Amino acid sequence: MMNLSGPAVAVRDLRVSRGGAEVLRGLTFEVPRGQVTGLLGPSGCGKTTLIRSIVGVQIVGSGEVTVLGAPAGSPALRRKIGYSTQSAAIYRDLTVLENLRYFAKVLGAGKGDAERVLEEVGLAGAGDRLGSALSGGQLGRASLAVALLGSPELLLLDEPTVGLDPVLRQDLWRLFQSLAERGVTLVVSSHVMDEAARCHRLIMLREGEILADGAPGELRERAGTVDLEEAFLRLVEERAESVR
Amino acid sequence: MSPAITFATAGRILAQLRHDRRTLALLVGVPSLLMILLRYVIDDPASFDRLGPTLLGIFPFVVMFMVTSITTQRERATGTLERLMAGPLGKFDLLLGYALGFGAVAAAQVAVVLAISLTWLGLNVAGSVGTLVLVAVLDSLLGMALGLFFSAFARTEFQAVQFMPAVVLPQSLLCGLIVPRDAMASWLERLSDVMPLSYAVEAMGEAARTADLTGVLVRDILIVAGCVVLSLVLGAATLRRRTG
Repeated sequence: MMNLSGPAVAVRDLRVSRGGAEVLRGLTFEVPRGQVTGLLGPSGCGKTTLIRSIVGVQIVGSGEVTVLGAPAGSPALRRKIGYSTQSAAIYRDLTVLENLRYFAKVLGAGKGDAERVLEEVGLAGAGDRLGSALSGGQLGRASLAVALLGSPELLLLDEPTVGLDPVLRQDLWRLFQSLAERGVTLVVSSHVMDEAARCHRLIMLREGEILADGAPGELRERAGTVDLEEAFLRLVEERAESVR
Repeated sequence: MSPAITFATAGRILAQLRHDRRTLALLVGVPSLLMILLRYVIDDPASFDRLGPTLLGIFPFVVMFMVTSITTQRERATGTLERLMAGPLGKFDLLLGYALGFGAVAAAQVAVVLAISLTWLGLNVAGSVGTLVLVAVLDSLLGMALGLFFSAFARTEFQAVQFMPAVVLPQSLLCGLIVPRDAMASWLERLSDVMPLSYAVEAMGEAARTADLTGVLVRDILIVAGCVVLSLVLGAATLRRRTG
């Protein structure tokens, strides 16, 4: 039985080491259901490792990750989570639709689901093109489409908007918000601060630690600035001073 | 275990090859060309009758080893394997899908080479053609299973290619093709005793020599089938849900 009332994701004192270095240094936070939570921070801050830990494909050192009421990586979660990696995980020697139909069958998604997600990411005209013939942005959207198959309860998207033009980025953020309105929980990582304002909630990461965790408005208020990039910098300074 | 996922995976492998016509042409064309070359290099019908069936067992073994190890390595590198492992797919669903898809290609390859050998090249086979095809397809599955296992040790496609000569050539040298196994130095003979290709090649020779289901043939088929199962189990152990 899944716990339907608790948070979508609960992380407690999560520590992960990769190649001898500690990448995540004791993270504790919760992700509420039906919201878009942004995972922000510079490249190398641990965003990807954190997302992989929530999906359950990362070997973790210590701590607890609970997803939809079950330990991360549980077999029961495998149909409930949609996951899109930073580099497009699709077959380059298949067409976009062939990719989607294959993953749809693996997930046990219904007929017509491939066409639905193709439409949702704005690739309806490119269904018959081979993966190898797509642009970087199209590849990323094809990979995102796979994550949307089977209508998962929780979507974990690692940098889904990298390399997209502003119009497409806006379309995708509208899609994320409409998914959240339908009750889907989204965790979206980004290193672009202007995307942060579109999230219900932000978790700012730096060097494997949480720098700040709250609604964009709260973080602006705490840092005393309207600009989130500026807020990030001030919070970094604040942290450095408190350590000193 | 899910037959739907297994068949979807086999179909996906075949679809990938369908988009890659050149690979498909090489898969079927190269063994045929080598067989034609062998026939005219030897230029002695009696010797060709002895060597031909043996090579018919080695070609699909080599080709399937290479194709599978590179396909699997690529699947790891592009992240599609991680995506599949994060989903509800079972390891054996994937492996059996591979076996079915590549097995179908191997059967087509063997059928073409055998047809050319029996007609144009005048190969005389005393045994049953059906048994020859069966053993040759089993040899190709052995190549596939070993390729899958060894691909786990290749970090790049470049390394995956290097495993082909490392694994295949010693077995080819010692399998009795060049010098009969009992005529080799005893330590080499003992080495060849533990190499699966020795039995695969002996089975091909036996299947070509007589239409009877001899004790040696049955034993060899069982050994090769056992090696296929063992390699698939070892291959499954290399597919990890969680990685570092």
